[in-house]
Amino acid sequence: MKERTVRVVGIFIYFDAFLEAIRRLKDLGYRDLTAFSPVPHHEIEEVLEKPQSPVRYFTLGGGFLGAVTGFGLATLTSLNYPIIAGGIMTGGKPIVSIPPFLIMAFELAILFGSLSTILGMLLNIRLPRPRVQPGYDPRFSVDRFGLWVRCPADRSGAVEEVLQACGAEEIRRDEI
Amino acid sequence: MVQLSYSQINRDLLKTMSPPGRVYYTILVLDLLVLAWGIFAWGYQIRTGMGVTGLNNPVGWGVYIATFVFWIGIAHSGTLISAILFLFRVKWRNAVYRTAEAMTVFALVVAGLFPLIHIGRAWLFYWLLPYPQRGYLWINFRSPLVWDVFAVGTYLIVSSTFFFTGLVPDLAVVRDQATGWRRRIYGFLAQGWMGTDHQWRHYSRAYLFLAALATPLVISVHSIVSWDFAVSIVPGWHSTLFAPYFVAGAIHSGLAMVLTMLIPLRRIFQLETYITRDHLESIAKLLILTTLIMVYSYLTEFFIAWYGGNRFEQATFLYRAVGDYALAFWFMLVFNAIVPLLFAVREIRRSIFSLFTISILINIGMWCERFVIIVASLAHDYVPFAWRTYKPSWIEVSILAGDAALFFLMFLVFAKLLPVVSIVEVKELVPPPVKEEALQ
Repeated sequence: MKERTVRVVGIFIYFDAFLEAIRRLKDLGYRDLTAFSPVPHHEIEEVLEKPQSPVRYFTLGGGFLGAVTGFGLATLTSLNYPIIAGGIMTGGKPIVSIPPFLIMAFELAILFGSLSTILGMLLNIRLPRPRVQPGYDPRFSVDRFGLWVRCPADRSGAVEEVLQACGAEEIRRDEI
Repeated sequence: MVQLSYSQINRDLLKTMSPPGRVYYTILVLDLLVLAWGIFAWGYQIRTGMGVTGLNNPVGWGVYIATFVFWIGIAHSGTLISAILFLFRVKWRNAVYRTAEAMTVFALVVAGLFPLIHIGRAWLFYWLLPYPQRGYLWINFRSPLVWDVFAVGTYLIVSSTFFFTGLVPDLAVVRDQATGWRRRIYGFLAQGWMGTDHQWRHYSRAYLFLAALATPLVISVHSIVSWDFAVSIVPGWHSTLFAPYFVAGAIHSGLAMVLTMLIPLRRIFQLETYITRDHLESIAKLLILTTLIMVYSYLTEFFIAWYGGNRFEQATFLYRAVGDYALAFWFMLVFNAIVPLLFAVREIRRSIFSLFTISILINIGMWCERFVIIVASLAHDYVPFAWRTYKPSWIEVSILAGDAALFFLMFLVFAKLLPVVSIVEVKELVPPPVKEEALQ
């Protein structure tokens, strides 16, 4: 039978105590940690040692796709214009006019780049969700820092001790 | 800013969303009346035809297009404050950016209506878009008007997305404090945001990239709007100065509009602790910079008209200064280039009364600028035989008023339904509570 997993929740008032708890748990080998904070803090990222967000590739890909689409749209529709394609009415001017078409490429690069950035963000953080996950505490958006530690049930006592030693305001154990 | 705790910030900033009083509803009703009058005027114009406006040959672009350019300009400073100052890590931006960004989105909606009103048969607006149809009559991508459609459309989509992305963590704050149906609605809008390290990591990256994309976009938009004019050969329009001149003017008018909106807002919601005099002063300082660029642009325009030796150009600029639209010209010159220089005096840029008054004067001046550039050039171009002065009709004035009412309506609704100051970003300015200090 698979070992039972529990989630130990620690709620902190002080930021330094919170960071210390993450640090100690990481040193003890706990990897499944989720930190809650009302504002983004670089220190949390540093302590958790998470890899860089891959959202940037979405931005780059979207921007590139947008530029190609913009230039392609202007070029192909111009070539598809029967009178122009028939060779009349161009007045000696090129059918594919680079400078104005670059403007289209630029605008659509920005548009697609922005939209794919949003898409990348949503995919990476698995949003939108209809509601918050059970176990979330509304105080996390006000002034409290929260830590979820997923661990085997028999280790939860040790985790609670660490949280206690670091000065957690409240400690809870949820069955999952 | 005074040192505040996270929970205090929550309480103070959520207070702005409490149920409104009688004054709010009175303003709302008055605003709706003006809006209804504007809608009636537009209906009348659609029913009767474009003849009810003052537009005719040679002035085919009148106050509709001037006001379109004006509102697009207003939108620019919102992005300046929210994106460009974000990239430069300017701290004072945090408290004011939400309002400025809302202004951007609303100004773009209002601006976007004008080309639709101007084309007469508004329901055929989709002819502006590239779509396949029987005659393969594609839109002309060499025309600045088509660039405009794409630039303004992109700007509206990107700035709305940026606005909403910035809102999500705040919506979660509202959700967590609300009860009943409000909790459900804000819960839906917050999309399950919980503020985990995982979410913040991707969110911060995405926000940074959006800001980085919005920055060149904002500069391109008013450049492209200026090319609507500069690419033609009308005297007074055909100038390489136009793109930077329009972008600077846009930020100039937008900053003034931010002041016009922020000053009553902080008073009504008692946000003096958050939006301090220092914030307003910082905006006034930026205004000194844009004023100097405006002065330079005005001087350059006149200098080139004289030095370039083109008679038509010279006649156009002389006509602007002493012709039929001289009043608007002098308003433009005095209100945009001379009055704001008073902000160089510290007492003036720290006095709420003078900040508010000068901001309104700049708004008037900038609208006059758009009007003078567009109308005065068209009314007197190359052939004296075709000269004709243009006067806006009551229909045009009513639609203008209705459109401004729409802008204020959106702002009024925003002020009550969403946090007008970013809760999360203000918290970022405050150091987090630390145990060491608490023990001491």
